[in-house]
Amino acid sequence: MDDQQQIRVVLAKLGFDGHDRGIKIVARILRDAGMEVIYLGLRQSYKNVINAVEQEDADAVGLSMHNASHMTLAPKMVEAMAEAGLDVPVIVGGIVPDEDIEPLLEKGVAAILGPGASAEEVAQTVRDAVAVVRGEPAE
Amino acid sequence: MSLRGVPPADIFDMATGGERRALGRLITFVERDAAEAEVVAELAHGRAGNAHVIGITGSPGSGKSTLTGQLVKLLGEAGKRAAVLAVDPSSPLTGGAILGDRVRMEDVAAPDTFIRSMATRGHQGGLSLAVPGVVRLLDATGYDPIVIETVGVGQVEVDIAGTADTTVVVATPGMGDSVQANKAGLLELADLFVVNKADRPGAKDVRRDLDLMLDLSHVSGQDQRTGMRPEIIMTTALSGEGAPELWDAIERHRDAIAGNGQLALRRINRDVEEVRNRLLADLEGRVETMLAGDSLAGVTQVLDQVAARSLSPTAAARDLAARISEL
Repeated sequence: MDDQQQIRVVLAKLGFDGHDRGIKIVARILRDAGMEVIYLGLRQSYKNVINAVEQEDADAVGLSMHNASHMTLAPKMVEAMAEAGLDVPVIVGGIVPDEDIEPLLEKGVAAILGPGASAEEVAQTVRDAVAVVRGEPAE
Repeated sequence: MSLRGVPPADIFDMATGGERRALGRLITFVERDAAEAEVVAELAHGRAGNAHVIGITGSPGSGKSTLTGQLVKLLGEAGKRAAVLAVDPSSPLTGGAILGDRVRMEDVAAPDTFIRSMATRGHQGGLSLAVPGVVRLLDATGYDPIVIETVGVGQVEVDIAGTADTTVVVATPGMGDSVQANKAGLLELADLFVVNKADRPGAKDVRRDLDLMLDLSHVSGQDQRTGMRPEIIMTTALSGEGAPELWDAIERHRDAIAGNGQLALRRINRDVEEVRNRLLADLEGRVETMLAGDSLAGVTQVLDQVAARSLSPTAAARDLAARISEL
């Protein structure tokens, strides 16, 4: 991938959630898809994520959630990003029950990836979300 | 407000005014070597030249990030506005990268510390080609000191010594015997040595080997280069032990080279080096264009003559070199 479109993604887990097997695999998938992954890992705060997005000029944020906190923490992250004036898509990955998907999307989460997502789906979801914000035509 | 479509000069003003998102975007311009990068470089160069640039280098897993985190913590406590550039390797296969150094620094850093992770993007010397440009930007926007953490290096990745005012080489127990310490390469370019993981067995042996190596620099006259013998500092980065002593040694080094004229000399060399790299990149691009054919009349004929053995490659290169400015 040429430098002009190099995608940079911040990956984090918010708050009290110690399951980081999935996020490490996602980091590897995105690396192998040619992206630069800024890996924050466990026990991050909104502020840490926003700091990273600002300083790293990230194109997307991936949140890994395995502790059923997605309905509170994910919309709050979206809100905090908007308050900071950042037009960067927030993608949630992890265990999200079907009935929660629609409400999360309504609250501004860009996409949701479940345990069944293939590597190609994960990478393409990030590419698509970034393309929307960059104003590029979706592939 | 989005920064998309905002003129780079305005983003630069926002960055010098302390907006970190603006600075983040300018760094992206420099990393991409985008058209905006030239505007940014022009604006930044005149304002830069003040920050103390410190390089932290050493093999993978030697504790560079953790040590950098400890330094950043101290600097924050001392009220300094520090910046960190943490470089990690890009995949040679896909161009992707996992930049995992920030996580060791963020929690200990003062709120106005600026941390940027960079991937090498195909460059081999332990840094990314964009590092000098990014250092200039951080300098111009008021960050001082600037700490550059290189990728985990072996023996030959010596870019950092040309980029930093003070180069710190991190060694750890188990790095090898005294012959390793005397091999040519990175160790010759250190301004300061750290023996990290000093709580582990073998740390004193490493110190002894480095000391002996430095003794020989005196015998051979190599220490004339800087006029001072590199100090060796023992640290345990995980607990922070030795970090204040390391910072003191870094400041002593800076004072020493500021006093003996080395600092000014290093900075002049650094700028010349950057001009050289730019020129070489420009020339390389022209050569590639030329050899790709078509863009310049007569080139294909010259290459055909070489293939037909009626013209030597040496003569062909001389003919073509004379025409490089036509591209």
